[in-house]
Amino acid sequence: MHELSVTEGLLSIVNEEARKRGVKKVTGINLVVGEMASIIDESVQFYFDILSKGTASEGAALFFRKVAAEYGCRTCNHVFQKKSYDYNCPLCGGKAIIVNKGQEFYIDSIEVENDEN
Amino acid sequence: MKIDVRRNILEANKELSLRNSDFFRENRVMAVNIMAAPGAGKTSTILKTIDALREKMNFIVVEGDIASSIDTDKIKKRGVPAVQINTGHMCHLDANMIKGVVDNFEYGQNTVLFIENVGNLVCPADFSLGEDINIVIASVPEGDDKPFKYPAIFLKADIVLLNKIDTLDSIDFDKDFFYEGLSVLRTSFPVFEVSCKTGEGFDEWANWLMTRYEEKFPGSGSAR
Repeated sequence: MHELSVTEGLLSIVNEEARKRGVKKVTGINLVVGEMASIIDESVQFYFDILSKGTASEGAALFFRKVAAEYGCRTCNHVFQKKSYDYNCPLCGGKAIIVNKGQEFYIDSIEVENDEN
Repeated sequence: MKIDVRRNILEANKELSLRNSDFFRENRVMAVNIMAAPGAGKTSTILKTIDALREKMNFIVVEGDIASSIDTDKIKKRGVPAVQINTGHMCHLDANMIKGVVDNFEYGQNTVLFIENVGNLVCPADFSLGEDINIVIASVPEGDDKPFKYPAIFLKADIVLLNKIDTLDSIDFDKDFFYEGLSVLRTSFPVFEVSCKTGEGFDEWANWLMTRYEEKFPGSGSAR
């Protein structure tokens, strides 16, 4: 529900990086987003297309790499991704604890046109 | 050509939240971010906690709501300084909004700042405000499945208050199921079962809060 403010932050970082490196055109943006970050991909792309008009990032495609939260079994240490609301270990049925919170939320890299460098 | 960036998308908010945090430390303020669904009892909990501790501690309150000053009016009526933030379309408070209102208060005494976030179990999880403590208030009538349905907000919480515990007899709420949902997120989770109506649990919760203040500002004696 806060994709607009998130997209503003995203665009400002990408355009700053482009400016810093003398890049005239950004064609793609690679994002890493954890399962626990409350963001809807399509909505970010929607706002991005509007906000990026007239900037170095206009027309850039957003690529989302999603990272799932992972849970570790307290009994047998098996690491798994949960389905539905069942947190029990699929191997031994033991209780689990979260081991990877899935809170990633960063710009990994940008794709830029070569000829302007 | 690919260029590595590796920057957090919310870094601007993070940066501002650190500045808020410095401001709070310099002014002997412990900031408490209160997150909950609408109607869980955020304002009632704030008022009840202030009632329990106002002899020992100075309180100030920032209220976040989409619209209205209903909550701020309630707080001010009790003689507690409060500022309302109306977020309009925004589903959460962010560090910049907090920065914009902290100058409205007077400082100098040992102070707890309650920041009542917008009623929402989703978005406030993503935005740091510069707070020392994050609280989620869950309430019995909301149901026992909330930790399963909204794990991100419970992950952010340092402590959970389970409010309206006095309604347990009349509502189907499986406490074991609720605690199971929390247990997967942290090995040990402080949970206080409270009732704003009967006052149950408030002594324990208030003591916990005062201990956190003493930890942040050693030697304060939890007194003005």
